[in-house]
Amino acid sequence: MSGTNTSHSPTHHTSTIGAIGAPSRRNTELALLVFAVVIPVFAYANVGLALHDSVPPGLLSYGLGLGLLAGVGHLAVRKFAPYADPLMLPLATLLNGLGLVIIWRLDQSEKLQASKQFVEAAPRQLLYSAMGVALLVVVLIFLKDHRVLQRYTYISMAGALFLLILPLVPGLGANIYGAKIWIKIPGLGTLQPGEFAKIVLAVFFAGYLMVKRDALALASRRFMGLYLPRGRDLGPILVVWAISILILVFETDLGTSLLFFGMFIIMLYVATERTSWIVFGLLMSAVGAVGVASFEPHIQTRVQAWLDPAREFALSRAGVQDGVVHSEQAMQALWAFGSGGTLGTGLGQGNSDLIGFAANSDFILATFGEELGLAGVMAIMLLYGLIVERGVRTALAARDPFGKLLAIGLSGAFALQVFVVAGGVMGLIPLTGMTLPFVAYGGSSVIANWALIGILLRISDTARRPAPAPAANPDAEMTQVVRPS
Amino acid sequence: MNKPLRRIAIFCGLLVLALLIRDNWIQYVQADELRTDKNNRRVIIERYASPRGDIIVDGKPITGSAETPGSDFKFKRTYKDGAMWAPVTGYASQAFGASQIENIEDGILTGNDDRLFFRNTLDMLTGKKQQGGNVVTTLNAAAQKAAYNGLKRQGGKGAVAALDPSTGKILALASYPSYDPSSFAGNSTSKDGGAWSKLQKKNNPNDPMLNRALRETYPPGSTFKVVTAAAALEDGKYTSADAKTDSPDPWTMTGTNTELPNEGNIPCKNATLRVALQYSCNTVFGKIGADLGNDKMLDMAKKFGFDEEHFTPVRANASVFSDDMNPSQTALSSIGQFNTAATPLQMAMVASAVANDGKLMKPYMVDELQSPGVDPIAKTDPEELSQPLSPENAQILQSMMETVVDKGTGSNAKIDGVKVGGKTGTAQHGVDNSENPYAWFISYAKGDDGSSPVAVAVVVEDDNAVRDDISGGGLAAPIARNVMEAVINSKK
Repeated sequence: MSGTNTSHSPTHHTSTIGAIGAPSRRNTELALLVFAVVIPVFAYANVGLALHDSVPPGLLSYGLGLGLLAGVGHLAVRKFAPYADPLMLPLATLLNGLGLVIIWRLDQSEKLQASKQFVEAAPRQLLYSAMGVALLVVVLIFLKDHRVLQRYTYISMAGALFLLILPLVPGLGANIYGAKIWIKIPGLGTLQPGEFAKIVLAVFFAGYLMVKRDALALASRRFMGLYLPRGRDLGPILVVWAISILILVFETDLGTSLLFFGMFIIMLYVATERTSWIVFGLLMSAVGAVGVASFEPHIQTRVQAWLDPAREFALSRAGVQDGVVHSEQAMQALWAFGSGGTLGTGLGQGNSDLIGFAANSDFILATFGEELGLAGVMAIMLLYGLIVERGVRTALAARDPFGKLLAIGLSGAFALQVFVVAGGVMGLIPLTGMTLPFVAYGGSSVIANWALIGILLRISDTARRPAPAPAANPDAEMTQVVRPS
Repeated sequence: MNKPLRRIAIFCGLLVLALLIRDNWIQYVQADELRTDKNNRRVIIERYASPRGDIIVDGKPITGSAETPGSDFKFKRTYKDGAMWAPVTGYASQAFGASQIENIEDGILTGNDDRLFFRNTLDMLTGKKQQGGNVVTTLNAAAQKAAYNGLKRQGGKGAVAALDPSTGKILALASYPSYDPSSFAGNSTSKDGGAWSKLQKKNNPNDPMLNRALRETYPPGSTFKVVTAAAALEDGKYTSADAKTDSPDPWTMTGTNTELPNEGNIPCKNATLRVALQYSCNTVFGKIGADLGNDKMLDMAKKFGFDEEHFTPVRANASVFSDDMNPSQTALSSIGQFNTAATPLQMAMVASAVANDGKLMKPYMVDELQSPGVDPIAKTDPEELSQPLSPENAQILQSMMETVVDKGTGSNAKIDGVKVGGKTGTAQHGVDNSENPYAWFISYAKGDDGSSPVAVAVVVEDDNAVRDDISGGGLAAPIARNVMEAVINSKK
């Protein structure tokens, strides 16, 4: 907001209202953040009391840690994005805090402690969360205007492709339970580049579509009520489709593939306002998914486990060796949800550790389901719904097409990811290895999603920021209404 | 661009809505099904999460609980005199599930029963751990001990069932050889799994886990003659114990050229019912059965409880009396051979109906279910099952059975100062009767007021005994006497 603009143009009259009125809502955010910190702290104490009959010794440091993260985030927003959406930061903090509680709760499970892969996850997750919030602050400080990202459209494309290919590099990639979406960094653990690729791709798509949207919106002819795009415009969607298929084939990960393609279709549709793109997109994803599933045993197993989890459980228990990994996890997750019922067993009192591997990452929602019940899971889903809603609202409020596209791309991808993970764990769709944003254990996911929130905050700040206040307008006096007496 | 944005917003809303609907489906609609799925380990985790309630005999628990560290099953079941009580309790094993009372009353024992809901809610609010309730049985510890020790001393396979004729309370239920359910109550593969596998029939031909008192049917042999006599009296074919019957000896079975033999040289020709029962005349009762016919015999057998399963609440196998026999088969069946087969519980029911002046009470072994605070939740009331005999005919039959003990084959069951009625049986089995017969004894004791405190059935299958030694009077009657004596003494 530079005060140098002292133009006296009368066209600025309309904006004077905004200059006076637009509240920054920073205090609302602060109040909500208090709840977002206090609720997980209570939940944390609750777990400790249920498991060990005592308030957990780490309660104070946990509370302070989460409070500090929220505080730093809030101060950064107050300073660098004062008009940003007031709900996103508290929602993300609450989800992150609850996720930490559940991760710590699963750390206490003797059953999981007995496993070879066991590491105490909660302290690490707290560290990842701190890194995530730090990245959010960095985004807010250095990304003064989201339109700057437009300049990096094609670098983003290269970067996204690089990130997507990383897990396939021999010696770097790690195959965990069939999906090859991780890379191993010696001494540091594993990283899921796909989580970051999501954001970078959204930048690329937004930049690309903003430039090309007029051309892509041109219709060749009408067919069954749809304007068909011109043949030569099919190029980009085919390329993205091909990349998604390649991810599916080489990284055998349905979720990531679906996520990227879905994000592209959403952004394409918003950019061109052509329903035909959605029809094309759905057809192409159906063809791709069915086509790959017809020869990829890993995907087939996932589909079978989805259709008949009980059979998959029996196969896994019987130790059937037929070349694919049979997992009882899908069934175990359903049992966890069912055993939770309407109100849940109460924190710390469930047996979701029966899920075993990835109970605190891909399957973490099952623990919410068992211990907080239907009520708890619905609340979590609504929290995610709210984040997406705030994202879409940001897209609506954004004044530039690039900002609109980027915001809808990020929130659309966020929504798709929640749907794919939660739907998979609840048996609505086949299970894919993805993490529930903010809640699930995993550094890449937490850090990337904080960055995503950072970008959305920046766009919403730009969108809601009042136009610069004009200096005192000498014309104003002249426009005073003179009442006849 | 705002129109498609609004549509995308609706689309995202639909995604969330789909998740909410799915969540309601699995956490509400299907929740019970998933929660109680037999493969869902939570079912057993919960069963062993707190100390199980106890199974109680004579006011004292015959079960207990012990903590099992290092397992997600927190407590395991322990048993006192497990082998003796196994036919009553069944087992509750972390690894192998539960059976009999442990299984049927699992809800009460774990505290998960709906009838404990209010209490559990209260406990939850006051922060107390959920507790299991108790199952109070009708059994009599002294009688059970007498029965089990008697069988054990005998050494062969066998079973005892004893009832209180006036109520149907099961007083003793023993089976030998037996098993100690403590030995596999835990979850260790080597210890508990090993013990379990050793007890399985394929590894142990004696089949110790078979509850012979309820789940094994034996040809009842001559003890079934009590049923035949009851049929003759109820039909009016004979109205007195002491009137001569129309019984040639030897008797050629109706429709055949085969003579039905008696055992030894006994006075069976036209013998009175009393004498025929006293000496166990095959000819007399075989002919009565053939004369009355399949239908009337079946009718009487059914009134005594044959041909149906009984739930005490532990299931007892159905005893068999066939419904499609010709006269000679009916004759053989009427002396407890051919297809006729009965559980020890069934023959105890026969004796108890006679002793209870013709009224058969439904046998039961769970007297009361108690909440953890020992408040009664449910009490079993005695229930009449049928009236196979009129009181007059029952008394005639009683006097006949008392003669059997006083002067006949059942003299080993005599108790000083107590009136005892009984009937011996030696049932042949195997192809051409090649295998060792079963020794049977059914009896009841009578108090001074004419009512009967106990009726008992004993069967002993003894592979090792010399064939001639096997007779109901010799092997089974002493066990029956000890059981009856134990009941009478415990009432004093």
